Amino acid sequence: MVRYTFKRLLSLLLSLAVASLVIFAVIEVAPGDPASFMLGMNAQPETLAALRTELGLDTSKVARYLAWVGGMLTGDFGTSYTYRTPVIGMVADRLWVSLPLALYALALSTAVAFPAGIFAASRRGQAGDISVMGATQLGVAIPNFWFAMMLVLIFAINLRWFAAGGFVGWDKGFWAGMHALTLPAIALALPQAAILARVMRSSLLDVLGEDFMRTARAKGLTERQALWRHGLRNALIPVLTIIGLQFSFLLAGSIIIEQVFYLPGLGRLVFQSISARDLIVVESVVMLLVFSVIVVNFLVDLAYAAVDPRLRSRS
Amino acid sequence: MRRNLILGGMLSALFVLAALISFVWTPYDHVALNIPNKLQTPNAVHLLGTDHFGRDILSMIMVGARTSIAVALVAVGIGMGLGIPLGLWAAARQGSWLDELIMRGNDLVFAFPSIVIAILITAIFGAGAINAIIAIGIFNIPVFARITRGAALSLWQREFILAARVAGKSAARISVEHILPNVTNLLIVQGTIQFSLGILAEAALSYVGLGAQPPTPSWGRMLADAQTLVSIAPHMALVPGFAIILTVLGLNLMGDGLRDYLDPRLRVVRA
Repeated sequence: MVRYTFKRLLSLLLSLAVASLVIFAVIEVAPGDPASFMLGMNAQPETLAALRTELGLDTSKVARYLAWVGGMLTGDFGTSYTYRTPVIGMVADRLWVSLPLALYALALSTAVAFPAGIFAASRRGQAGDISVMGATQLGVAIPNFWFAMMLVLIFAINLRWFAAGGFVGWDKGFWAGMHALTLPAIALALPQAAILARVMRSSLLDVLGEDFMRTARAKGLTERQALWRHGLRNALIPVLTIIGLQFSFLLAGSIIIEQVFYLPGLGRLVFQSISARDLIVVESVVMLLVFSVIVVNFLVDLAYAAVDPRLRSRS
Repeated sequence: MRRNLILGGMLSALFVLAALISFVWTPYDHVALNIPNKLQTPNAVHLLGTDHFGRDILSMIMVGARTSIAVALVAVGIGMGLGIPLGLWAAARQGSWLDELIMRGNDLVFAFPSIVIAILITAIFGAGAINAIIAIGIFNIPVFARITRGAALSLWQREFILAARVAGKSAARISVEHILPNVTNLLIVQGTIQFSLGILAEAALSYVGLGAQPPTPSWGRMLADAQTLVSIAPHMALVPGFAIILTVLGLNLMGDGLRDYLDPRLRVVRA
Protein backbone atom coordinates (compact mmCIF):
# COMPACT_ATOMS: atom_id res chain seq x y z
CA MET A 1 0.00 0.00 0.00
CA VAL A 2 2.87 2.40 0.82
CA ARG A 3 4.55 1.65 -2.49
CA TYR A 4 1.26 2.11 -4.35
CA THR A 5 0.52 5.38 -2.56
CA PHE A 6 3.99 6.65 -3.38
CA LYS A 7 3.62 5.77 -7.06
CA ARG A 8 0.20 7.43 -7.27
CA LEU A 9 1.50 10.48 -5.43
CA LEU A 10 4.30 10.83 -7.96
CA SER A 11 1.87 10.63 -10.87
CA LEU A 12 -0.41 13.11 -9.08
CA LEU A 13 2.41 15.66 -8.86
CA LEU A 14 3.36 15.04 -12.48
CA SER A 15 -0.25 15.51 -13.63
CA LEU A 16 -0.53 18.76 -11.69
CA ALA A 17 2.74 20.02 -13.16
CA VAL A 18 1.72 19.21 -16.74
CA ALA A 19 -1.79 20.62 -16.24
CA SER A 20 -0.37 23.87 -14.88
CA LEU A 21 2.03 24.09 -17.84
CA VAL A 22 -0.82 23.59 -20.31
CA ILE A 23 -2.99 26.23 -18.64
CA PHE A 24 -0.09 28.69 -18.39
CA ALA A 25 0.82 28.15 -22.06
CA VAL A 26 -2.77 28.70 -23.21
CA ILE A 27 -3.10 31.93 -21.26
CA GLU A 28 0.31 33.06 -22.59
CA VAL A 29 -0.75 32.76 -26.23
CA ALA A 30 -4.06 34.52 -25.55
CA PRO A 31 -3.97 37.84 -27.41
CA GLY A 32 -3.81 41.20 -25.67
CA ASP A 33 -1.35 42.78 -23.29
CA PRO A 34 -2.86 43.04 -19.80
CA ALA A 35 -0.96 46.25 -19.07
CA SER A 36 -2.28 48.12 -22.11
CA PHE A 37 -5.73 46.71 -21.44
CA MET A 38 -5.65 48.10 -17.88
CA LEU A 39 -4.41 51.53 -18.90
CA GLY A 40 -6.50 51.95 -22.04
CA MET A 41 -5.60 53.10 -25.54
CA ASN A 42 -3.95 56.41 -24.71
CA ALA A 43 -1.48 55.24 -22.09
CA GLN A 44 1.99 56.81 -22.01
CA PRO A 45 4.75 54.34 -23.01
CA GLU A 46 6.58 55.04 -19.71
CA THR A 47 3.49 54.30 -17.59
CA LEU A 48 2.91 51.17 -19.60
CA ALA A 49 6.48 50.00 -19.08
CA ALA A 50 6.24 50.74 -15.35
CA LEU A 51 3.04 48.74 -15.02
CA ARG A 52 4.51 45.87 -17.03
CA THR A 53 7.42 45.77 -14.59
CA GLU A 54 5.02 45.94 -11.64
CA LEU A 55 2.99 42.99 -12.99
CA GLY A 56 6.17 41.07 -13.79
CA LEU A 57 5.30 40.97 -17.50
CA ASP A 58 8.81 42.02 -18.59
CA THR A 59 10.50 38.91 -17.22
CA SER A 60 10.99 35.70 -19.20
CA LYS A 61 8.19 33.16 -19.67
CA VAL A 62 10.00 30.58 -17.55
CA ALA A 63 10.43 33.05 -14.71
CA ARG A 64 6.76 34.01 -14.92
CA TYR A 65 5.65 30.37 -14.87
CA LEU A 66 7.80 29.62 -11.84
CA ALA A 67 6.55 32.75 -10.11
CA TRP A 68 2.93 31.75 -10.83
CA VAL A 69 3.33 28.19 -9.55
CA GLY A 70 5.43 29.33 -6.59
CA GLY A 71 2.79 31.93 -5.76
CA MET A 72 -0.02 29.38 -5.87
CA LEU A 73 1.89 27.06 -3.56
CA THR A 74 2.15 29.86 -1.01
CA GLY A 75 -1.45 30.98 -1.49
CA ASP A 76 -0.63 34.01 -3.65
CA PHE A 77 -2.61 33.80 -6.91
CA GLY A 78 -1.50 37.23 -8.11
CA THR A 79 -3.45 40.46 -8.47
CA SER A 80 -6.57 40.86 -10.60
CA TYR A 81 -5.92 43.07 -13.63
CA THR A 82 -9.33 44.77 -13.41
CA TYR A 83 -10.06 44.96 -9.69
CA ARG A 84 -6.46 45.35 -8.49
CA THR A 85 -7.27 43.06 -5.57
CA PRO A 86 -5.63 39.72 -4.73
CA VAL A 87 -7.13 36.93 -6.87
CA ILE A 88 -7.08 34.53 -3.93
CA GLY A 89 -9.65 36.65 -2.08
CA MET A 90 -11.99 36.85 -5.10
CA VAL A 91 -11.72 33.11 -5.69
CA ALA A 92 -12.21 32.24 -2.01
CA ASP A 93 -15.40 34.34 -1.84
CA ARG A 94 -16.86 32.62 -4.88
CA LEU A 95 -15.74 29.18 -3.76
CA TRP A 96 -18.03 29.55 -0.75
CA VAL A 97 -20.94 29.43 -3.17
CA SER A 98 -19.73 26.89 -5.76
CA LEU A 99 -18.31 24.31 -3.38
CA PRO A 100 -21.34 24.07 -1.06
CA LEU A 101 -23.53 23.93 -4.19
CA ALA A 102 -21.56 21.00 -5.63
CA LEU A 103 -21.55 19.15 -2.28
CA TYR A 104 -25.27 19.80 -1.75
CA ALA A 105 -25.98 18.40 -5.23
CA LEU A 106 -23.74 15.40 -4.56
CA ALA A 107 -25.63 14.67 -1.33
CA LEU A 108 -29.00 15.00 -3.10
CA SER A 109 -28.03 12.79 -6.03
CA THR A 110 -26.67 10.09 -3.71
CA ALA A 111 -29.76 10.26 -1.51
CA VAL A 112 -32.02 9.70 -4.54
CA ALA A 113 -29.84 7.34 -6.57
CA PHE A 114 -29.02 4.76 -3.89
CA PRO A 115 -32.61 3.81 -2.99
CA ALA A 116 -33.67 4.05 -6.66
CA GLY A 117 -30.84 1.80 -7.85
CA ILE A 118 -31.36 -0.76 -5.06
CA PHE A 119 -35.12 -0.76 -5.66
CA ALA A 120 -34.65 -1.33 -9.40
CA ALA A 121 -32.08 -4.09 -8.94
CA SER A 122 -34.20 -5.94 -6.40
CA ARG A 123 -37.18 -5.84 -8.77
CA ARG A 124 -35.25 -6.63 -11.90
CA GLY A 125 -37.41 -6.86 -14.99
CA GLN A 126 -40.57 -5.95 -13.09
CA ALA A 127 -42.68 -2.83 -13.41
CA GLY A 128 -40.74 -1.06 -10.62
CA ASP A 129 -37.42 -1.65 -12.38
CA ILE A 130 -38.73 -0.57 -15.75
CA SER A 131 -40.19 2.68 -14.41
CA VAL A 132 -37.00 3.59 -12.52
CA MET A 133 -34.93 2.85 -15.65
CA GLY A 134 -37.32 4.91 -17.77
CA ALA A 135 -37.00 7.81 -15.32
CA THR A 136 -33.20 7.61 -15.50
CA GLN A 137 -33.31 7.63 -19.31
CA LEU A 138 -35.24 10.88 -19.05
CA GLY A 139 -32.93 12.17 -16.33
CA VAL A 140 -29.80 11.90 -18.47
CA ALA A 141 -31.56 13.46 -21.47
CA ILE A 142 -32.73 16.63 -19.69
CA PRO A 143 -30.23 19.52 -19.87
CA ASN A 144 -29.72 20.59 -16.26
CA PHE A 145 -29.83 24.32 -17.03
CA TRP A 146 -33.21 23.90 -18.74
CA PHE A 147 -34.48 21.88 -15.78
CA ALA A 148 -33.25 24.74 -13.59
CA MET A 149 -35.33 27.23 -15.60
CA MET A 150 -38.40 25.03 -15.17
CA LEU A 151 -37.76 24.82 -11.41
CA VAL A 152 -37.58 28.63 -11.29
CA LEU A 153 -40.82 28.90 -13.25
CA ILE A 154 -42.70 26.49 -10.99
CA PHE A 155 -41.22 26.90 -7.52
CA ALA A 156 -39.98 30.49 -7.59
CA ILE A 157 -42.29 32.41 -9.93
CA ASN A 158 -45.57 30.52 -9.52
CA LEU A 159 -45.41 29.00 -6.04
CA ARG A 160 -42.99 31.58 -4.58
CA TRP A 161 -41.34 29.01 -2.32
CA PHE A 162 -37.85 30.09 -3.32
CA ALA A 163 -36.14 33.18 -4.69
CA ALA A 164 -35.72 33.10 -8.48
CA GLY A 165 -32.05 33.93 -8.25
CA GLY A 166 -29.23 35.55 -6.32
CA PHE A 167 -27.61 34.43 -3.11
CA VAL A 168 -28.41 35.77 0.36
CA GLY A 169 -24.94 35.06 1.71
CA TRP A 170 -23.91 32.75 4.53
CA ASP A 171 -23.99 35.60 7.06
CA LYS A 172 -27.80 35.36 6.91
CA GLY A 173 -27.44 31.95 8.52
CA PHE A 174 -26.77 28.39 7.38
CA TRP A 175 -30.39 27.52 6.58
CA ALA A 176 -31.02 30.70 4.62
CA GLY A 177 -27.97 29.90 2.52
CA MET A 178 -29.02 26.29 2.00
CA HIS A 179 -32.53 27.45 1.10
CA ALA A 180 -31.11 29.71 -1.61
CA LEU A 181 -29.00 26.85 -2.99
CA THR A 182 -31.82 24.27 -2.98
CA LEU A 183 -33.20 24.81 -6.50
CA PRO A 184 -29.72 25.05 -8.08
CA ALA A 185 -28.65 21.90 -6.23
CA ILE A 186 -31.73 19.97 -7.39
CA ALA A 187 -31.10 21.01 -11.00
CA LEU A 188 -27.42 20.08 -10.76
CA ALA A 189 -28.19 16.75 -9.09
CA LEU A 190 -30.77 15.49 -11.59
CA PRO A 191 -28.56 14.05 -14.36
CA GLN A 192 -25.98 12.83 -11.84
CA ALA A 193 -28.65 11.03 -9.83
CA ALA A 194 -29.88 9.32 -12.99
CA ILE A 195 -26.36 8.13 -13.90
CA LEU A 196 -25.62 7.03 -10.34
CA ALA A 197 -28.89 5.08 -10.05
CA ARG A 198 -28.04 3.18 -13.25
CA VAL A 199 -24.53 2.38 -12.00
CA MET A 200 -25.90 1.32 -8.61
CA ARG A 201 -28.42 -0.97 -10.27
CA SER A 202 -26.03 -2.64 -12.72
CA SER A 203 -23.30 -2.99 -10.11
CA LEU A 204 -25.77 -4.64 -7.75
CA LEU A 205 -27.02 -6.94 -10.50
CA ASP A 206 -23.42 -7.99 -11.22
CA VAL A 207 -22.92 -8.88 -7.56
CA LEU A 208 -26.24 -10.71 -7.30
CA GLY A 209 -24.97 -13.16 -9.91
CA GLU A 210 -21.89 -14.05 -7.84
CA ASP A 211 -21.39 -17.42 -6.18
CA PHE A 212 -21.17 -15.97 -2.68
CA MET A 213 -24.66 -14.56 -3.08
CA ARG A 214 -25.94 -18.07 -3.85
CA THR A 215 -24.06 -19.31 -0.80
CA ALA A 216 -25.69 -16.60 1.31
CA ARG A 217 -29.10 -17.69 0.06
CA ALA A 218 -28.19 -21.36 0.60
CA LYS A 219 -27.26 -20.82 4.21
CA GLY A 220 -30.78 -19.60 4.80
CA LEU A 221 -30.74 -15.83 4.37
CA THR A 222 -33.75 -14.32 2.68
CA GLU A 223 -33.30 -12.50 -0.61
CA ARG A 224 -33.51 -9.20 1.23
CA GLN A 225 -31.00 -10.16 3.95
CA ALA A 226 -28.51 -11.42 1.37
CA LEU A 227 -28.87 -8.20 -0.59
CA TRP A 228 -28.24 -5.94 2.40
CA ARG A 229 -25.53 -7.98 4.10
CA HIS A 230 -23.45 -9.20 1.18
CA GLY A 231 -24.66 -7.63 -2.04
CA LEU A 232 -24.63 -3.94 -1.21
CA ARG A 233 -21.17 -3.87 0.34
CA ASN A 234 -19.59 -5.39 -2.76
CA ALA A 235 -21.63 -3.35 -5.20
CA LEU A 236 -20.52 -0.13 -3.56
CA ILE A 237 -16.96 -0.10 -4.97
CA PRO A 238 -17.75 0.92 -8.56
CA VAL A 239 -20.41 3.28 -7.25
CA LEU A 240 -17.86 5.13 -5.12
CA THR A 241 -15.61 5.59 -8.16
CA ILE A 242 -18.45 7.15 -10.10
CA ILE A 243 -19.22 9.47 -7.17
CA GLY A 244 -15.59 10.61 -7.26
CA LEU A 245 -15.75 11.25 -10.99
CA GLN A 246 -19.05 13.04 -10.61
CA PHE A 247 -17.57 15.58 -8.26
CA SER A 248 -15.67 17.14 -11.13
CA PHE A 249 -18.76 17.17 -13.33
CA LEU A 250 -20.70 18.83 -10.51
CA LEU A 251 -18.09 21.53 -10.02
CA ALA A 252 -17.98 22.16 -13.79
CA GLY A 253 -21.76 21.93 -14.01
CA SER A 254 -22.14 24.52 -11.28
CA ILE A 255 -20.45 27.01 -13.63
CA ILE A 256 -23.47 26.68 -15.92
CA ILE A 257 -26.17 26.38 -13.26
CA GLU A 258 -24.87 29.54 -11.55
CA GLN A 259 -25.80 31.44 -14.72
CA VAL A 260 -29.45 30.40 -14.41
CA PHE A 261 -29.74 31.55 -10.80
CA TYR A 262 -27.38 34.54 -10.97
CA LEU A 263 -25.33 32.98 -8.18
CA PRO A 264 -22.06 34.75 -7.37
CA GLY A 265 -19.92 31.61 -7.75
CA LEU A 266 -16.79 30.64 -9.68
CA GLY A 267 -18.78 30.45 -12.92
CA ARG A 268 -19.86 34.06 -12.85
CA LEU A 269 -16.37 35.12 -11.81
CA VAL A 270 -14.81 33.32 -14.76
CA PHE A 271 -17.28 34.71 -17.31
CA GLN A 272 -16.90 38.27 -16.01
CA SER A 273 -13.15 37.81 -16.14
CA ILE A 274 -13.22 36.52 -19.73
CA SER A 275 -15.20 39.51 -20.95
CA ALA A 276 -12.96 41.90 -18.98
CA ARG A 277 -9.90 40.01 -20.31
CA ASP A 278 -8.80 39.59 -16.70
CA LEU A 279 -6.88 36.48 -17.72
CA ILE A 280 -5.02 36.02 -14.46
CA VAL A 281 -8.35 35.32 -12.77
CA VAL A 282 -9.39 32.93 -15.57
CA GLU A 283 -6.05 31.16 -15.20
CA SER A 284 -6.45 30.75 -11.44
CA VAL A 285 -10.05 29.53 -11.55
CA VAL A 286 -9.30 27.01 -14.30
CA MET A 287 -6.25 25.75 -12.40
CA LEU A 288 -8.34 25.42 -9.26
CA LEU A 289 -11.01 23.38 -11.07
CA VAL A 290 -8.46 21.09 -12.72
CA PHE A 291 -6.57 20.76 -9.43
CA SER A 292 -9.72 19.65 -7.63
CA VAL A 293 -10.52 17.07 -10.32
CA ILE A 294 -7.03 15.57 -10.22
CA VAL A 295 -6.86 15.49 -6.42
CA VAL A 296 -10.35 14.00 -5.99
CA ASN A 297 -9.54 11.26 -8.50
CA PHE A 298 -6.29 10.58 -6.67
CA LEU A 299 -8.17 10.22 -3.38
CA VAL A 300 -10.75 7.92 -4.99
CA ASP A 301 -7.94 5.74 -6.38
CA LEU A 302 -6.40 5.49 -2.92
CA ALA A 303 -9.71 4.69 -1.25
CA TYR A 304 -10.35 2.10 -3.93
CA ALA A 305 -6.98 0.43 -3.38
CA ALA A 306 -7.49 0.48 0.38
CA VAL A 307 -10.79 -1.37 -0.02
CA ASP A 308 -9.68 -3.77 -2.76
CA PRO A 309 -6.08 -5.01 -2.43
CA ARG A 310 -6.17 -6.59 -5.92
CA LEU A 311 -6.00 -3.13 -7.46
CA ARG A 312 -2.67 -2.27 -5.85
CA SER A 313 -0.70 -4.60 -8.09
CA ARG A 314 -2.13 -3.03 -11.23
CA SER A 315 -1.02 0.34 -12.68
CA MET B 1 -35.32 -4.65 -26.88
CA ARG B 2 -35.78 -4.04 -30.59
CA ARG B 3 -38.35 -1.43 -29.50
CA ASN B 4 -35.60 0.88 -28.16
CA LEU B 5 -33.75 0.77 -31.44
CA ILE B 6 -36.82 1.60 -33.50
CA LEU B 7 -38.19 4.33 -31.21
CA GLY B 8 -34.74 5.88 -30.72
CA GLY B 9 -33.93 5.65 -34.39
CA MET B 10 -37.20 7.35 -35.31
CA LEU B 11 -36.72 10.19 -32.82
CA SER B 12 -33.13 10.79 -33.99
CA ALA B 13 -34.14 10.56 -37.65
CA LEU B 14 -36.87 13.16 -37.06
CA PHE B 15 -34.32 15.76 -35.98
CA VAL B 16 -31.77 14.86 -38.64
CA LEU B 17 -34.58 15.20 -41.18
CA ALA B 18 -35.63 18.58 -39.73
CA ALA B 19 -32.04 19.77 -40.01
CA LEU B 20 -31.72 18.55 -43.59
CA ILE B 21 -35.03 20.04 -44.69
CA SER B 22 -34.02 23.39 -43.15
CA PHE B 23 -31.35 23.72 -45.85
CA VAL B 24 -34.01 23.98 -48.55
CA TRP B 25 -37.15 25.02 -46.71
CA THR B 26 -38.31 26.44 -43.38
CA PRO B 27 -41.85 27.67 -42.64
CA TYR B 28 -40.51 31.21 -42.22
CA ASP B 29 -37.16 32.95 -42.51
CA HIS B 30 -35.55 32.06 -39.18
CA VAL B 31 -33.85 35.46 -38.82
CA ALA B 32 -36.72 37.65 -40.09
CA LEU B 33 -37.85 39.99 -37.32
CA ASN B 34 -41.58 40.56 -37.03
CA ILE B 35 -42.07 42.61 -33.89
CA PRO B 36 -45.89 42.99 -34.15
CA ASN B 37 -46.18 39.18 -34.00
CA LYS B 38 -43.84 38.75 -31.04
CA LEU B 39 -44.35 36.23 -28.21
CA GLN B 40 -47.21 34.36 -29.88
CA THR B 41 -48.04 31.06 -28.25
CA PRO B 42 -48.23 28.05 -30.62
CA ASN B 43 -51.05 28.51 -33.12
CA ALA B 44 -52.11 27.53 -36.64
CA VAL B 45 -49.94 30.18 -38.33
CA HIS B 46 -46.83 29.69 -36.17
CA LEU B 47 -47.01 26.04 -35.13
CA LEU B 48 -44.56 26.47 -32.23
CA GLY B 49 -45.19 30.18 -31.62
CA THR B 50 -42.85 33.14 -32.00
CA ASP B 51 -40.07 34.60 -29.86
CA HIS B 52 -39.55 38.11 -28.44
CA PHE B 53 -38.55 39.38 -31.90
CA GLY B 54 -41.48 37.69 -33.62
CA ARG B 55 -39.23 35.07 -35.21
CA ASP B 56 -40.89 31.73 -36.00
CA ILE B 57 -39.73 29.22 -33.37
CA LEU B 58 -40.29 26.13 -35.54
CA SER B 59 -37.96 27.58 -38.20
CA MET B 60 -35.35 28.40 -35.54
CA ILE B 61 -35.59 24.88 -34.10
CA MET B 62 -35.06 23.38 -37.55
CA VAL B 63 -32.02 25.52 -38.32
CA GLY B 64 -30.79 25.08 -34.72
CA ALA B 65 -30.86 21.30 -35.20
CA ARG B 66 -28.22 21.86 -37.87
CA THR B 67 -25.88 23.54 -35.39
CA SER B 68 -26.43 20.90 -32.70
CA ILE B 69 -25.93 17.98 -35.07
CA ALA B 70 -22.94 19.52 -36.86
CA VAL B 71 -21.12 20.40 -33.61
CA ALA B 72 -21.78 17.03 -31.97
CA LEU B 73 -20.96 15.06 -35.11
CA VAL B 74 -17.64 16.79 -35.79
CA ALA B 75 -16.76 16.50 -32.09
CA VAL B 76 -17.37 12.74 -32.24
CA GLY B 77 -15.26 12.67 -35.43
CA ILE B 78 -12.37 14.40 -33.64
CA GLY B 79 -12.68 12.04 -30.69
CA MET B 80 -12.74 8.95 -32.90
CA GLY B 81 -10.12 10.19 -35.36
CA LEU B 82 -7.54 10.76 -32.63
CA GLY B 83 -8.79 8.50 -29.85
CA ILE B 84 -9.10 5.24 -31.80
CA PRO B 85 -5.54 5.28 -33.27
CA LEU B 86 -4.14 6.22 -29.84
CA GLY B 87 -6.07 3.39 -28.19
CA LEU B 88 -4.97 0.86 -30.82
CA TRP B 89 -1.38 2.03 -30.57
CA ALA B 90 -1.36 1.83 -26.76
CA ALA B 91 -2.82 -1.68 -26.85
CA ALA B 92 -0.32 -2.86 -29.45
CA ARG B 93 2.52 -1.75 -27.17
CA GLN B 94 0.88 -2.83 -23.93
CA GLY B 95 3.00 -2.16 -20.86
CA SER B 96 5.60 -0.10 -22.71
CA TRP B 97 6.47 3.51 -21.91
CA LEU B 98 4.34 4.52 -24.91
CA ASP B 99 1.25 2.81 -23.48
CA GLU B 100 1.94 4.51 -20.16
CA LEU B 101 2.41 7.90 -21.84
CA ILE B 102 -0.84 7.62 -23.81
CA MET B 103 -2.83 6.51 -20.79
CA ARG B 104 -1.41 9.20 -18.50
CA GLY B 105 -2.11 11.75 -21.25
CA ASN B 106 -5.69 10.48 -21.30
CA ASP B 107 -6.00 10.92 -17.56
CA LEU B 108 -4.73 14.46 -17.91
CA VAL B 109 -7.27 15.40 -20.60
CA PHE B 110 -10.00 13.83 -18.45
CA ALA B 111 -9.11 16.33 -15.75
CA PHE B 112 -10.28 19.14 -18.03
CA PRO B 113 -14.10 19.12 -18.22
CA SER B 114 -15.34 20.35 -21.63
CA ILE B 115 -16.62 23.59 -20.11
CA VAL B 116 -13.12 24.29 -18.81
CA ILE B 117 -11.57 23.55 -22.22
CA ALA B 118 -14.17 25.85 -23.78
CA ILE B 119 -13.26 28.61 -21.31
CA LEU B 120 -9.56 28.29 -22.19
CA ILE B 121 -10.22 28.28 -25.95
CA THR B 122 -12.52 31.28 -25.62
CA ALA B 123 -9.78 33.12 -23.72
CA ILE B 124 -7.58 32.78 -26.81
CA PHE B 125 -9.90 32.95 -29.81
CA GLY B 126 -13.11 34.46 -28.46
CA ALA B 127 -16.48 32.66 -28.49
CA GLY B 128 -17.91 30.71 -31.43
CA ALA B 129 -19.38 27.40 -32.61
CA ILE B 130 -15.92 26.18 -33.67
CA ASN B 131 -14.74 26.48 -30.04
CA ALA B 132 -17.59 24.28 -28.90
CA ILE B 133 -16.59 21.68 -31.49
CA ILE B 134 -12.94 21.72 -30.38
CA ALA B 135 -13.79 21.68 -26.67
CA ILE B 136 -16.22 18.77 -26.95
CA GLY B 137 -13.93 17.02 -29.46
CA ILE B 138 -10.91 17.17 -27.13
CA PHE B 139 -13.06 15.83 -24.32
CA ASN B 140 -14.05 12.89 -26.58
CA ILE B 141 -10.47 11.82 -27.38
CA PRO B 142 -9.68 10.03 -24.08
CA VAL B 143 -13.15 8.45 -24.08
CA PHE B 144 -12.49 6.68 -27.38
CA ALA B 145 -8.82 6.00 -26.64
CA ARG B 146 -9.70 4.28 -23.39
CA ILE B 147 -12.54 2.17 -24.72
CA THR B 148 -10.52 1.14 -27.82
CA ARG B 149 -7.49 0.19 -25.74
CA GLY B 150 -9.57 -1.78 -23.27
CA ALA B 151 -11.29 -3.82 -25.95
CA ALA B 152 -8.10 -4.22 -28.01
CA LEU B 153 -6.11 -5.53 -25.03
CA SER B 154 -8.36 -8.55 -24.62
CA LEU B 155 -8.32 -9.18 -28.38
CA TRP B 156 -4.50 -9.28 -28.40
CA GLN B 157 -4.72 -12.40 -26.19
CA ARG B 158 -6.81 -14.30 -28.73
CA GLU B 159 -5.60 -17.11 -30.98
CA PHE B 160 -6.48 -15.47 -34.28
CA ILE B 161 -4.23 -12.54 -33.43
CA LEU B 162 -1.44 -14.96 -32.54
CA ALA B 163 -1.98 -16.60 -35.92
CA ALA B 164 -1.65 -13.24 -37.65
CA ARG B 165 1.59 -12.57 -35.75
CA VAL B 166 2.98 -15.95 -36.70
CA ALA B 167 2.09 -15.13 -40.31
CA GLY B 168 4.46 -12.19 -39.97
CA LYS B 169 2.04 -9.28 -39.92
CA SER B 170 3.25 -6.11 -38.21
CA ALA B 171 1.51 -4.79 -35.08
CA ALA B 172 0.16 -1.87 -37.10
CA ARG B 173 -1.37 -4.14 -39.74
CA ILE B 174 -2.86 -6.43 -37.11
CA SER B 175 -4.39 -3.41 -35.36
CA VAL B 176 -6.02 -2.17 -38.53
CA GLU B 177 -6.96 -5.48 -40.16
CA HIS B 178 -7.93 -7.61 -37.17
CA ILE B 179 -8.38 -5.53 -34.03
CA LEU B 180 -10.29 -2.59 -35.48
CA PRO B 181 -13.05 -4.61 -37.19
CA ASN B 182 -13.64 -6.42 -33.92
CA VAL B 183 -14.09 -3.27 -31.85
CA THR B 184 -16.27 -1.46 -34.40
CA ASN B 185 -19.56 -2.44 -32.76
CA LEU B 186 -18.39 -1.13 -29.42
CA LEU B 187 -17.22 2.11 -31.03
CA ILE B 188 -20.52 2.63 -32.85
CA VAL B 189 -22.42 2.30 -29.58
CA GLN B 190 -20.03 4.63 -27.75
CA GLY B 191 -20.19 7.03 -30.71
CA THR B 192 -23.97 7.27 -30.35
CA ILE B 193 -23.61 8.02 -26.63
CA GLN B 194 -20.92 10.67 -27.21
CA PHE B 195 -23.08 12.17 -29.95
CA SER B 196 -25.96 12.66 -27.51
CA LEU B 197 -23.59 14.01 -24.84
CA GLY B 198 -22.21 16.37 -27.49
CA ILE B 199 -25.67 17.76 -28.18
CA LEU B 200 -26.18 18.41 -24.45
CA ALA B 201 -22.72 19.99 -24.15
CA GLU B 202 -23.24 22.20 -27.22
CA ALA B 203 -26.53 23.45 -25.78
CA ALA B 204 -24.88 24.21 -22.43
CA LEU B 205 -21.91 26.01 -24.00
CA SER B 206 -24.15 28.10 -26.27
CA TYR B 207 -26.39 28.87 -23.31
CA VAL B 208 -23.54 30.43 -21.33
CA GLY B 209 -22.24 32.23 -24.42
CA LEU B 210 -19.19 30.09 -25.16
CA GLY B 211 -20.72 28.38 -28.20
CA ALA B 212 -22.57 29.52 -31.32
CA GLN B 213 -22.85 33.30 -31.61
CA PRO B 214 -25.63 35.34 -33.23
CA PRO B 215 -26.88 35.04 -35.93
CA THR B 216 -26.06 31.29 -35.90
CA PRO B 217 -29.20 29.74 -34.41
CA SER B 218 -28.70 27.25 -31.61
CA TRP B 219 -31.01 25.56 -29.14
CA GLY B 220 -28.81 26.62 -26.24
CA ARG B 221 -28.94 30.28 -27.29
CA MET B 222 -32.71 30.10 -27.72
CA LEU B 223 -32.88 28.95 -24.09
CA ALA B 224 -30.64 31.82 -22.99
CA ASP B 225 -33.01 34.24 -24.75
CA ALA B 226 -35.99 32.55 -23.14
CA GLN B 227 -34.67 32.79 -19.62
CA THR B 228 -35.69 36.36 -18.79
CA LEU B 229 -39.09 35.84 -20.45
CA VAL B 230 -39.86 32.46 -18.94
CA SER B 231 -42.74 33.76 -16.81
CA ILE B 232 -44.56 35.55 -19.66
CA ALA B 233 -43.60 33.28 -22.58
CA PRO B 234 -42.87 29.80 -21.21
CA HIS B 235 -43.19 28.27 -24.70
CA MET B 236 -39.93 29.99 -25.66
CA ALA B 237 -38.18 27.79 -23.09
CA LEU B 238 -40.36 24.69 -23.43
CA VAL B 239 -39.93 24.19 -27.17
CA PRO B 240 -36.10 24.19 -27.41
CA GLY B 241 -35.98 22.22 -24.13
CA PHE B 242 -38.18 19.48 -25.54
CA ALA B 243 -36.20 19.50 -28.78
CA ILE B 244 -33.00 18.78 -26.83
CA ILE B 245 -34.61 16.18 -24.57
CA LEU B 246 -36.24 14.26 -27.45
CA THR B 247 -33.08 14.26 -29.55
CA VAL B 248 -30.86 13.12 -26.68
CA LEU B 249 -33.44 10.57 -25.54
CA GLY B 250 -33.70 9.25 -29.09
CA LEU B 251 -29.94 8.91 -29.46
CA ASN B 252 -29.59 7.21 -26.07
CA LEU B 253 -32.37 4.75 -26.82
CA MET B 254 -30.78 4.08 -30.19
CA GLY B 255 -27.40 3.50 -28.50
CA ASP B 256 -28.96 1.05 -26.04
CA GLY B 257 -30.85 -0.67 -28.81
CA LEU B 258 -27.76 -0.89 -31.01
CA ARG B 259 -25.75 -2.40 -28.18
CA ASP B 260 -28.34 -5.09 -27.61
CA TYR B 261 -28.69 -5.69 -31.33
CA LEU B 262 -24.97 -5.84 -32.09
CA ASP B 263 -23.96 -7.80 -29.01
CA PRO B 264 -26.67 -10.06 -27.60
CA ARG B 265 -24.36 -11.10 -24.74
CA LEU B 266 -24.76 -7.64 -23.21
CA ARG B 267 -28.52 -8.02 -23.06
CA VAL B 268 -28.28 -9.65 -19.67
CA VAL B 269 -26.88 -6.71 -17.70
CA ARG B 270 -27.78 -3.25 -18.84
CA ALA B 271 -26.30 -0.24 -17.09
